[in-house]
Amino acid sequence: MTDTAPAIELKGISKAFGPVQANKDISIRVMPGTIHGIIGENGAGKSTLMSILYGFYKADKGEVFINGTRTEIPDSQAAISAGIGMVFQHFKLVENFTVVENVILGAEDGFQLRPSIAKARKSLKQLAEEYELNVDPDAKIENLSVGHQQRVEILKALYRQADILILDEPTGVLTPAEADHLFRILDNLRNEGKTIILITHKLREIMEYTDTVSVMRRGEMTATVRTAETSTEELAELMVGRKVLLRVDKKPAQPKQVVLSVKDLRVTDSAGVERIKGVSFDIRAGEIYGIAGVAGNGQSELMEVLGGMQAGTGTITMNGEEIDLTGRYSDGQSRRARSIGHVPEDRQDEGLILDFTAWENMVFGYHRDPDWAAGPLMNNAGIVQEAEGKMQRFDVRPPNPHLTAKNFSGGNQQKIVLAREIERNPDLLLVGQPTRGVDIGAIEFIHQEIIRLRDEGKAILLVSVELDEIMSLSDRIAVMFDGRLMGERDPAEANERELGLLMAGISEEPDKPAWKAVDENLDAIEHGEAPKHG
Amino acid sequence: MDFPTILQVLDSTIRLATPLLLACLAGLFSERAGIFDIGLEGKMLIAAFFSAAIAYTTGSVWMGLLAGVASSMVLSALHGVASITFRGNQLISGVAINFLAAGMTVLIAQDWFSQGGRTPSLSGGARFNAITLPFAEALQGVPILGPIYHDLISGHTILVYVAFLMVPLTWWILFRTRFGLRLRAVGENPAAVDTAGVSVVGLRYAAVAICGVLTGVAGAYLATGLQAGFVKDMAAGRGYIALAALIFAKWRPWYALMSTMLFGFLQAVALRPDLIQNTIGIRVQVQLLDALPYILTVIILAGFVGRAIPPRAGGAPYVKER
Amino acid sequence: MDKMPAWADVVLIPLISLLLAAILSAVVILAIGESPVEAFNLMVDGALMRSSGWGYTLYYATNFIFTGLAVAVAFHARMFNIGGEGQAMLGGLGVALACLYVPWPHWTLAMLGSTLGAAAFGAAWALIPAYLQARRGSHIVITTIMFNFIAAALLNYLLIGVLKPTGSMEPASAKFDPSFALPTFQQMFSSADAPLFRGAPANVSFFLALAACLFVWLLIWRSRLGYEIRAYGWSQTGAKYAGISGTRIIIISMLISGGLAGLMAVNTTQGEAERLILNSTEGAGFIGIAVALMGRNHPFGVLLAAILFGFLYQGGAELALWTNIPRELIVVIQALVILFTGALDNMVRMPLERIFLALRRKES
Repeated sequence: MTDTAPAIELKGISKAFGPVQANKDISIRVMPGTIHGIIGENGAGKSTLMSILYGFYKADKGEVFINGTRTEIPDSQAAISAGIGMVFQHFKLVENFTVVENVILGAEDGFQLRPSIAKARKSLKQLAEEYELNVDPDAKIENLSVGHQQRVEILKALYRQADILILDEPTGVLTPAEADHLFRILDNLRNEGKTIILITHKLREIMEYTDTVSVMRRGEMTATVRTAETSTEELAELMVGRKVLLRVDKKPAQPKQVVLSVKDLRVTDSAGVERIKGVSFDIRAGEIYGIAGVAGNGQSELMEVLGGMQAGTGTITMNGEEIDLTGRYSDGQSRRARSIGHVPEDRQDEGLILDFTAWENMVFGYHRDPDWAAGPLMNNAGIVQEAEGKMQRFDVRPPNPHLTAKNFSGGNQQKIVLAREIERNPDLLLVGQPTRGVDIGAIEFIHQEIIRLRDEGKAILLVSVELDEIMSLSDRIAVMFDGRLMGERDPAEANERELGLLMAGISEEPDKPAWKAVDENLDAIEHGEAPKHG
Repeated sequence: MDFPTILQVLDSTIRLATPLLLACLAGLFSERAGIFDIGLEGKMLIAAFFSAAIAYTTGSVWMGLLAGVASSMVLSALHGVASITFRGNQLISGVAINFLAAGMTVLIAQDWFSQGGRTPSLSGGARFNAITLPFAEALQGVPILGPIYHDLISGHTILVYVAFLMVPLTWWILFRTRFGLRLRAVGENPAAVDTAGVSVVGLRYAAVAICGVLTGVAGAYLATGLQAGFVKDMAAGRGYIALAALIFAKWRPWYALMSTMLFGFLQAVALRPDLIQNTIGIRVQVQLLDALPYILTVIILAGFVGRAIPPRAGGAPYVKER
Repeated sequence: MDKMPAWADVVLIPLISLLLAAILSAVVILAIGESPVEAFNLMVDGALMRSSGWGYTLYYATNFIFTGLAVAVAFHARMFNIGGEGQAMLGGLGVALACLYVPWPHWTLAMLGSTLGAAAFGAAWALIPAYLQARRGSHIVITTIMFNFIAAALLNYLLIGVLKPTGSMEPASAKFDPSFALPTFQQMFSSADAPLFRGAPANVSFFLALAACLFVWLLIWRSRLGYEIRAYGWSQTGAKYAGISGTRIIIISMLISGGLAGLMAVNTTQGEAERLILNSTEGAGFIGIAVALMGRNHPFGVLLAAILFGFLYQGGAELALWTNIPRELIVVIQALVILFTGALDNMVRMPLERIFLALRRKES
């Protein structure tokens, strides 16, 4: 065991950003030819640690050893020469370059491009055969699916002879079957002797695919264990520091009259691509309608149309009255006047103005409401007072309405948005990704508030990419794929595997392995053909 | 219009398009790397002054050229420090540079020459003189092609030929070399370049430096080629027209040649209002001709003549994500 | 947490930037063989030590308040209006038309008319760039620059053509009716035994400028429209979510901006020249950029910065009169102020933030 040096060894790494200690005295050993998982909540310091390893940040303290030799990594160039490759959560690709141009960028062989491109093309072909990494070398990145873009990132690392591959939350944007394919690739790479570090917050991935796992919490490494010798529950507890309720307690729903009725909704984006291809559903008072799906399959557009941010065609009725979908006679404010509350998917870019104070944000979207008018001006003092009360009721910390929104944590920012929308008591609440980037304590609170609103007899549309969240909150579940709803399921009867296949656009279980069907489906979409359903 | 007149107008088109072309290619390098530059005007101006001043004092136009390029690069460096190192607003930095040049040139000109903000006229070796290309005289007799070669193609200063050669060279650098690939990448997605282990800052400074050299040559051409000496505000909006031409060209070198030739042609025609009257029979106000490049640019910008998509990371300073 | 207390952001950073600009300007003056101290004394003496100096300083400041507010309002919607110069030129045309072709019974009504004319023409000149930005995505910076040149050509055309009185050789309009003349500070504040502001052009428009400051403050910080302008400025996607129309905000804020820039002409054209002349703006539209940056886009800051630039302008004229330093020194100072308060903001900010962070750590 001791005769081979670890592929990576970190000793006592510390890193602070201003007053925030992102990494505290972290030590870790990863043996070559293994898959090592690093798990932790958002903000636990995983990404910072890996960014230090990839030369993005300089550690305040600590040492890095690669294959037993102490290595300084002042920049990415040094990391690459040390044989480290990184696949970021947000891909670092040049969208209007071809695959091969992206692969050689920074790893060209000489001043002229031509020879480098020829060489890369050959080597891409070889890598594709070796590891099932098929991508058309001359395709432009912007025309590739997310799954294929991720392959380009892996190819970039392999082309640079990386022996150590770090993947940061690689499955967040993938369907379950695409993710399966990714893990088969990673498996192949491990068998070739490569070392893989997998950063994730998904316990299932850790349990299924890793050899060893480290848990991070609040900048510290709380444990490193063999995956075979631990359990999901133990890891969850290590992650958050206490026992976690993974299920939400709720009474059965008591649905009443139809509040929202959507018929044959279609949305075409500014580039002329149809994003929603005829969607119909009803939501009743007193129920939560959950829409699952991989990001980018039309859920965002659905929320935007309902929230008045986007135009569409078809009919939508709210409390029996038709809503204008052209965008000419309506906007976010007239939707709010129709008693539609909207907790948007992206609270930092949409739900809040980060440079506004908390009190200003508490009327965002309702700022033209006569309640807040003082003659021709706004009643700022009244708004501040009202904001104080709402912040208290929703336990926003610190409860200071004069603080700028960007100075609150993710969970507290989300509470500000929820407080604003829920306190208006809307008949329909649109909720997108309610707990993205929110700490566990706040997640429980947010889930309870959503259920409380349902129990008060309001209709709720929940969109989330977290399947767990959809399954534990929803009273009915639909899956969205490629702009269509793939049928409804009762959460009591649905299982994760079935929903996962629906998320990949396959409504019946085929004979061939799931990932293969998914691949063909995606290829078909890339080539402009209609995907095969079932 | 007769043939000699057409040749005459085209000849002055080439002369007037040259500074636009050089400045436009300068802006192309900078903006392709993601650095907006509305300071082309100021850089041309300061280069015009220093090239004329140094050419006058040394009697050598080449020393003048060197001084002009150096002064333009100093302002480029300033723009780089502001927009790359300190991640400031690139537009505001450009505005500041334009004023800095407008003020400093007059201030220094007054201090050095006391002629109300201008340099003394240049002559002889202190100016770029026309080059007669081989066989120009001999071939003059050949019908049509002869006069075209003699009057239009031959007989310009060296900087004109340099400007025209810069077009294929720019194309080759951008699309056929490693540097060009990285340059274009850094203007589209600097994070991709950074994670590939290449310095974003280095590339952007390189682009800004090239921009400084080319605007320097453009300014030197104004004061030592096109005219004989520096006068206050002599760039006269050419930096802005070059910027407009760059948008018209959709940030591509060959299109830049065409758009600057078009604007050069408009300027050439504005010098000969009589020609328009003779050709189309209506008297056109000189002011309209002066304003025409700007009006055309607005129409182009309005997207009525095809959409121009700028480099995606243009104007935004690069900050590493956490 | 915020890295710095708010006062440091609002007061300390502009002051340090100004200091840096002053030091560099002093170096420039030294380099051309003059004494910075003497130059400064001369400027203070000429601009601030006599009431007539103040009369010029406040006259210039009036222009800069208008153009500074114009840049500031547009900037709250994150638009960089470089077109203040052209909008002010057109404002001049509005004033001229109002004063040449309407027989006002009294100067107060003439001022009302010229105010409306100036604002309307300035706003109209900002409308096309605003529309193109809102609907066609054409970059407002480039289009407003182009519109400055077009405005110059247009005025040039009018002043040597239609507006020029027959027989005149000068490119200027006819004189306005003398009864439209705005009361100057000299007329307003002098008494028989204590003449004040003698010969200085400062006039009642200064109070119009103060009213504009108050208007902008109410608009930006107290009104629903101002809330929407600021929200749109900070986040366009956020504005969309809240049902704030980007097209509307761009067009309205640019109209207000252009109108404010145009108002400057009430001061120069009706208040001072009493006719429309070529280049009556004298670059004040561009100085507005420096004023807005220096004043942190807040009306009170704009007021202070405008007075500072009024002082520089008047002082600079004195320098040009008594020394070998040309007026262009002011352009250099203006450039340095824009550079330090605008483009090199982080150069001043980052070390300051570090200092404040260190101080805070020591405390805790």
